[in-house]
Amino acid sequence: MPLIVGAIALVWLALSTTHMVGPKEQGIVTTFGKYSRTIAPGVSLTAPWPIESVAVVDVTSIKRDSIPEGEGEKLMLTSDRNLVDISYLVRWNINNLKLYSFQLADPDQTVKEVAEAAMRASIAEVPLTEAMGGAGRATIEQNVRNRMQAVLDAYRAGVLIQGVEIKKADPPAKVIDAFQKVTVAQQDAQRELTNAQAWALQVTAQAQGAAAEFDKVYGQYKLAPEVTRRRLYYETMERVLANNDKVIIAAPGVTTYLPLPQIAKKAPPATEGGTQ
Amino acid sequence: MNDNFAQRIWEDNKPAVIAVIVAIVGVLSVVTVVPETEQAVVVRFGEPVRVFNRFRPSADFGSTGAGLVFRIPIAERLVRIDKRVLSVDMERQQVLSTDQQRIEVDAYARFRIIDPVRMVRSAGTTERVGEQLQPILSSVLRQELGKRTFQSLLTAERGQAMKNIRQGLDQEAREYGVQVIDVRIKRADLPDGTPLESAFARMSAAREQEASTIIAQGQRNAQIIRAEAQATASKIYADAFNKDPVFYDFYRAMQSYVVTFANPKNTGQSTMMLSPDSDYLRQFKGKANP
Repeated sequence: MPLIVGAIALVWLALSTTHMVGPKEQGIVTTFGKYSRTIAPGVSLTAPWPIESVAVVDVTSIKRDSIPEGEGEKLMLTSDRNLVDISYLVRWNINNLKLYSFQLADPDQTVKEVAEAAMRASIAEVPLTEAMGGAGRATIEQNVRNRMQAVLDAYRAGVLIQGVEIKKADPPAKVIDAFQKVTVAQQDAQRELTNAQAWALQVTAQAQGAAAEFDKVYGQYKLAPEVTRRRLYYETMERVLANNDKVIIAAPGVTTYLPLPQIAKKAPPATEGGTQ
Repeated sequence: MNDNFAQRIWEDNKPAVIAVIVAIVGVLSVVTVVPETEQAVVVRFGEPVRVFNRFRPSADFGSTGAGLVFRIPIAERLVRIDKRVLSVDMERQQVLSTDQQRIEVDAYARFRIIDPVRMVRSAGTTERVGEQLQPILSSVLRQELGKRTFQSLLTAERGQAMKNIRQGLDQEAREYGVQVIDVRIKRADLPDGTPLESAFARMSAAREQEASTIIAQGQRNAQIIRAEAQATASKIYADAFNKDPVFYDFYRAMQSYVVTFANPKNTGQSTMMLSPDSDYLRQFKGKANP
């Protein structure tokens, strides 16, 4: 019988005096509720429960708070009284376990509320285009982080904000059509511009081509003006007359009748199936 | 079997077991643990007499008086009060700004009980303190925000407004032995219904205007580009042809004849009537050049 009691006592001693603290963790040791010390990763010995008790907490792992939770729409007012649908992520960890354990009634909830207040304050400082735009986003994220850290430090929360990331900053669903019209308009304007530029290139290229051609011919003409001129004349006339009917009016004062049958021959043939 | 075991111990050492139980009860009624997160007010016959682990801003954890405390059994009672920073949430409410705009505000205050004795006398418990503070926060907030324009509520002036609200609330809260650390607006939204709808309408209208402007600007830019190209082309032509306007006239006429009369698309459509005197048929007459 005393053997059993002794064994139970031994197990109880072993369990409540040795504490394993993982590499990412720290432990808070309290003696009858009073803070005694913080223990580092490794194996530590304490007085047995109920004299000393240990609370081990993961301190280095980054906690992520996604706000809003889920896919809901979260509208915030911008400085130009527009609304923007924001969702963001706050990454934080515990940098002072003692403060984190004893200072705030609900540190996790506090981080979320402070994030919300800081985000709204920062969004309210910028106009809509900046809140949605890429460059303004980084500034807002930095602002929110700084604000949050300042407030949490004032609360002595023992929390370090690692970063704030805006995941989404979109126009509200109700006005998204109007925003898409702007995108479409931008594309239209761009297309108009591209077309005009292409046309401009063509027109100038044509002009340059024609000018170059003229310059070449003119160069030849300059070398032998009379001959070149006549050659060009005959070549042109050849092409013109070779492709058309010719009537030579032999003598002045002679009335010439147009060879009407020939003209009729050239006319497009009457549709033969017209009677059907 | 366990029962048997307990029974046997009980039977064997009746006086010892009773002594141990009495001792434990005795110790527990005198000694109590006050953790770091609590302050304890000792109330003797309904009258607070002393405080354990009272909040002092300078005291670090571990040297504040938490731990084992003693009291006189029966006569003295311990009232435990949270020592940490606590939060009170204000219910969402509408505030009317000076420019008659409605805005829906969600706020919270963070506070700490710094005078537990006063708190025990006035509110009794930690929960009651929160309940008492909530309506005060509401009214102070409405008063302060109602003095401001909508725009200033949104932006930087919020800082000063929040300070005033904190001070206002703090003054009232001291009655309960409470220090207000911070007041913050969590949300400031347009109320559902007309204000929200009109904001959406305004946003849509602004975007549609922007879209038409972009299209108009695009057309203007395209026109400018076309006009400039025409001007450039015109200059290129002029520069080239101005070298010899007479030759240009001849050369261009030749090109034009070919296009008009020798177009492969409609050959043989024209009938040319030539006088033997024409320049082309000059050699027809078989005469030597004059």
